[in-house]
Amino acid sequence: MRGFRWMVVAWLASFGAMSGAGAQTVEIEYWQYVFDARIKAMDELIKRFQAANPTIKVKHTTFPYADYQTKIAAAMPAGQGPDVVQLFYGWLDNFVAAKFIQPLPHDTFPPAMIEKDFYPIVGAMKRDGEYYGLPTAVRSLGLFYNKNLFKEAGLDPANPPKTLDQFLDAAKKTTKRDASGNLLSEGVTLDFPGQDYHWWREVLLRQMGGTPYSPDNRKVAYDSDAGAKALNYYADLQRVQKVGQVGFMDEGQAAFRAGRAAMTVDGTFRLGSFGGIKTFEWGVTELPAGPDGKRSNFASYWVNAITTRPTGAKLEAAKKFLVYLTSPEAMQVWLDMVGELPARKAVAETEKNLSHPIYAPFLKALAYSQATVFVDEMAQRQVSLDMINRVLIQNQDAKAALAEAAKSEQAILDRFYKK
Amino acid sequence: MQLADDGSGGRFWGGLGLRQKQVVWAWAFLAVPILFYALVRFYPTAEAFYIATTNWNLLTKPAFVGLANFERLWDDPVFWKVFRNTVLYLAIGTPVSLLLSFTIAYHLDRVRFMHGFIRALYFLPFLTTAAAMAWVWRWFYQPVPIGFFNDVLVAFGLPQQPFLRSTTQALPAVLAPAIWAGLGFQVVIFLAGLRAIPTTYYEAARIDGVGNLTILRRITLPLLKPTIIFLVVFSSIGFLRIFDQVYNMTSGDPGGPLNATKPLVLMIYQTAFSSFQMGYAAALTVVLFLVLLAVSLMQLRLLRDR
Repeated sequence: MRGFRWMVVAWLASFGAMSGAGAQTVEIEYWQYVFDARIKAMDELIKRFQAANPTIKVKHTTFPYADYQTKIAAAMPAGQGPDVVQLFYGWLDNFVAAKFIQPLPHDTFPPAMIEKDFYPIVGAMKRDGEYYGLPTAVRSLGLFYNKNLFKEAGLDPANPPKTLDQFLDAAKKTTKRDASGNLLSEGVTLDFPGQDYHWWREVLLRQMGGTPYSPDNRKVAYDSDAGAKALNYYADLQRVQKVGQVGFMDEGQAAFRAGRAAMTVDGTFRLGSFGGIKTFEWGVTELPAGPDGKRSNFASYWVNAITTRPTGAKLEAAKKFLVYLTSPEAMQVWLDMVGELPARKAVAETEKNLSHPIYAPFLKALAYSQATVFVDEMAQRQVSLDMINRVLIQNQDAKAALAEAAKSEQAILDRFYKK
Repeated sequence: MQLADDGSGGRFWGGLGLRQKQVVWAWAFLAVPILFYALVRFYPTAEAFYIATTNWNLLTKPAFVGLANFERLWDDPVFWKVFRNTVLYLAIGTPVSLLLSFTIAYHLDRVRFMHGFIRALYFLPFLTTAAAMAWVWRWFYQPVPIGFFNDVLVAFGLPQQPFLRSTTQALPAVLAPAIWAGLGFQVVIFLAGLRAIPTTYYEAARIDGVGNLTILRRITLPLLKPTIIFLVVFSSIGFLRIFDQVYNMTSGDPGGPLNATKPLVLMIYQTAFSSFQMGYAAALTVVLFLVLLAVSLMQLRLLRDR
């Protein structure tokens, strides 16, 4: 009995010691979604951060992508969840409205510094003069091309298309059909659910002289002559030029991987998947310039933000961690381990990166990229898909299709902003 | 007396007769599933009715909006398109699958040669994961050079068909694997029903010189009625809740081109877990619940023994 009593005392004492030690180190929790390379890179960053800040411990929690947003939305109102969180830039408005994240403190993240050092697309994180999050890395689009198919068609694989005219010419030369006209290999993949809907909205539309939305993003503006021109240009690739076909090989990226498409528009996030291609050589170049030489691109990114949970010592720790996550060192680690581009100009545009055959075209694009402000990404995407389907499947006139899409998307925007 | 009571666990228990004790024991065991059902089934169902009257978006506190979600639903063209699709899945799926499975079972019942093996072949798709099956069929439907059906068409010099990328062919194209997958189960149930009919009826009919068709109409089908009721209700609920096949076969543009194949359940899923409009999603769920209830009650009534 005596032994037992002492055991209890010892146990209580050790408990006290543990909580005493806990009071000195601050633990903060970091959440992101499951993607192997991102988890490994983040583990590496946390290791380095903790070595430099021994009093801070970062707990790294991940969830499958499909559940990620739901988990955050369920945890936060219950008083749980992360102190620093990774979120897709398109979710910002919802997260701000729900009071999940707080504005970045001006003392550590002065807006002037952000605007000087980061790429202008980060402006999509600004609401009423306050920045709510900062990315470690950004992604942009490029034109991937199959060098073997280029050679076969008598094109110079070292000199990929630079303008839309050259692009169309290359697509025509590389398209292969059998005797009865069935497509065997595409000049360019047509995959609106892939990245083409971004290519249409932020690139082709602007190159034809239009803009997708009003400057405050509250009004749809693509229902215009420029919109019709851009939509017709895209649809004509299948209807008139016949250099591609929606649904060929199921998905654009599958067609390109299988060597059955000479060109495809895709993003930096595809580099890992295309890196495994063994059967042919491929290259990547900037998206073709418009009729008057105008270039544009679509950039997207995940940002790190401080939630409304931490206060006091935890808030200070969260600020320190976010400073590290957006530091040049972290960006280099992210580029090396994940393959995503640094969000700071100085880190991105080093001589080494700018002469890199694969990174260079994506990096150059960041200077003229646009980040669409979404209020309900899935629903807005669906509107675009319906629009192209009306044109390509139901042969609807481009103008009518645009008007219908603009009406549906405006309803989505109105429902969001009236809250 | 006092002592005895304490020994058997209290005044209450000791005062019960054997039969009453059995009842208490029965309820004690039943309490677990009842509690489980109340918490996991009935409470969320009731909650859904409440959420349907709010504007809850998962992120902010729900506010009561009355019937606003149902008004929006009434004016939403996508809802009516999706509702029509759901009715089509039911109206085509149930009769076609029952007719097919009955025909197969009726003939399989007479086959003695490799009967078990053939039955196993029909049952096999039922054991396969819906997602895996949907992806295989998705590839069957692709254009040349990878799509099986189009390869066959082209080999015979016929034009390619868009299948999943058509607004008219997509729904039947998605329905086909759903019917095929459920066929094995229905065949097995029909076989069991057929075997349960006493052979003496058939013998008597044969002696009277009655033809095969009359036997089918006057003996087999009436005696199969309980089996048919079960399968009609069961498969109707299945087709009204179709999701896996549609979601996996059209994942790039979920619900097919211009919502050609989108069923109610997929719309609920997207509204709730992509757009986070929980109130509107709950309103859609209430509609689905009422439809399921109405269809089930109607079928039970129509097919009930008079």
